[in-house]
Amino acid sequence: MSEGKSPEQLYKEREKRIWDAIQLKVPDRVPVHLGLGYFPAKYNGITCEAAYYDHAKWRWASRKTILDFEPDFYRAVIGNTSGLALEALGTKLMKWPGHGVPPNHSHQAIEGEFMKENEYDALLSDLSDFVIRTYLPRVFSTLAPFEKLPRFTSFLGTSTATLIGQLATPDFTEAFDILLKAADEASKWRFATSSFDDEMANLGFPCHSLANASAPFDVISDFLRGMRGAMIDMYRRPDKLIQACEMLLSRQIEAVSVAASRGSSGRVFKPLHRGADGFMSLKQFETFYWPTLKKLILALVEKGLTPCPFFEGDYTTRLEHLRELPRGKVLCHFDSTDMSRVKEVLGDHLCIMGNVPSSLLQIGTIQEVKGYCKNLIDAAGKDGGFIMTHRSSIDEANPANIKAMIDFTKEYGIYN
Amino acid sequence: MSDSLVEAIVDLQEEKAVRIAKERLDAEEDPLKILEDARRGMATVGKRFADREYFLPELIYSGEILKRISEISKTRLLRTSQLKRLGKCVIGTVAGDIHDIGKDIVVFMLDIHGFEVHDLGVDVPAEKFVQKIQETKAEIVGLSGFLTLAFESMKEVIQAISDAGLRGKVKIMIGGGQIDEKVREYTKADAYGTDAMSAVTLAKKWVGPK
Repeated sequence: MSEGKSPEQLYKEREKRIWDAIQLKVPDRVPVHLGLGYFPAKYNGITCEAAYYDHAKWRWASRKTILDFEPDFYRAVIGNTSGLALEALGTKLMKWPGHGVPPNHSHQAIEGEFMKENEYDALLSDLSDFVIRTYLPRVFSTLAPFEKLPRFTSFLGTSTATLIGQLATPDFTEAFDILLKAADEASKWRFATSSFDDEMANLGFPCHSLANASAPFDVISDFLRGMRGAMIDMYRRPDKLIQACEMLLSRQIEAVSVAASRGSSGRVFKPLHRGADGFMSLKQFETFYWPTLKKLILALVEKGLTPCPFFEGDYTTRLEHLRELPRGKVLCHFDSTDMSRVKEVLGDHLCIMGNVPSSLLQIGTIQEVKGYCKNLIDAAGKDGGFIMTHRSSIDEANPANIKAMIDFTKEYGIYN
Repeated sequence: MSDSLVEAIVDLQEEKAVRIAKERLDAEEDPLKILEDARRGMATVGKRFADREYFLPELIYSGEILKRISEISKTRLLRTSQLKRLGKCVIGTVAGDIHDIGKDIVVFMLDIHGFEVHDLGVDVPAEKFVQKIQETKAEIVGLSGFLTLAFESMKEVIQAISDAGLRGKVKIMIGGGQIDEKVREYTKADAYGTDAMSAVTLAKKWVGPK
């Protein structure tokens, strides 16, 4: 199908197909997306550990997977972080292959109550100070001495020279030494992996997105208070929780704009965690989750970016709210929400992407995968505005089933 | 008085619930009766959760309220009582997976519905399940997992249970975000569920009141 065309032509063709779908025009056929996750490990007979410890091998495996399966666009776990840098910092936020989980398993996030319930005021009044002197010492064991740092606002004028003397203690010296080592590892890793998307673009394959953003509520739930803490706060200190979401929203907008300006696609990935139907009520979603998520999406659109949220879990009761987003400017990836229902509510308004079950891709037959994709294209693909992909992870998928999902879509998904 | 404590818990009025519990304790009431009312309140919270009137924040918050009431009541508790239980369950998130949210909700729901629950935690190896089943003589096993690698681990646990000659003695349910009939078939579990109430329904069907 790609014979006789240059990678440059193919790249343009694929980007046009993706943008047509996002902008609710009818493309030549249904585009198909592949989120690689740790699938390149299983597919190429290596361990997931390489994603953190052997960038050359991981890069090779990711490239080979994309070239073999030829999706219209991909999202790769690459340049994540150097395992050595994470080790040096002593992170408590995750376990990763070869460190806390076996070398052939995916990474897993660890939620903790890293911010106490009575610390909202500290967070709100001075985020930098809170992060440096309170948060970092708690999430990175190596940075524990930072809790003894003077406030940075004290570093004004000539007294700075006196204050700086406080850092001349063995624990600070050790922390700074390790920090330099981690910085060195992280920078080497970044240098070696950052050009991956350019390389793939030169081979004809666009990437899904160049930057990440999170719903402000998820930032609090994932990294600061833990889900448990954040949910108790809905009852014990709802006003502070909302204020913190608003404050983090402005930081998110700044950070994402800088990151996304580096790339050309303008697409921004937004994995969403705790806003789904099973987690909180519609009223709580409308009070604590949606307002700042919506503002974030609108702000990114305003900056000419295209937010690509992944609605993990079931979002059936929230679908109507998504109509408040600007038409044709957002790409919505659904996990377990019924796509016929999604098409019905959002079909004329937003591009939708989804959702072949991981279970089917892992243990189903090729025929079952094709049957599922056919139903999906019939129901959700009508008149464009649809992109084929899987639900969540394909880490353990059967390669033959991934191939069936992609090839069948290319064959059956043609618009006349 | 007893109803107002139940109500305060059901309506998630933390300070009111704690105040009533304290007043009743000060009036020399049997702490067991207070705990029994708290349990009744929790059962209604669980019912509302099953009916989708309440969600995770309510489950978690009511748990916090219960914890406070238990703490103040226990200090006055003179005798311990054994609650009558419907059946025994062994539950855990399977090897390789450290996700606990789904499992914790199922544990909570089974507990308030009268089951004795042995929670093995997360990343639980197959032999630990087998060991716990032998030790407790549990009739029900619940395997939880969020990652796709959990399918394989679930299959291994069920195989290990069979190898230990226990397969005929237990009913096994699996659950998690990506679990469906396909996975049930693959792992050879007896049933699967995608929400906590289905765990209760299954458990009651298997060992509940006849």
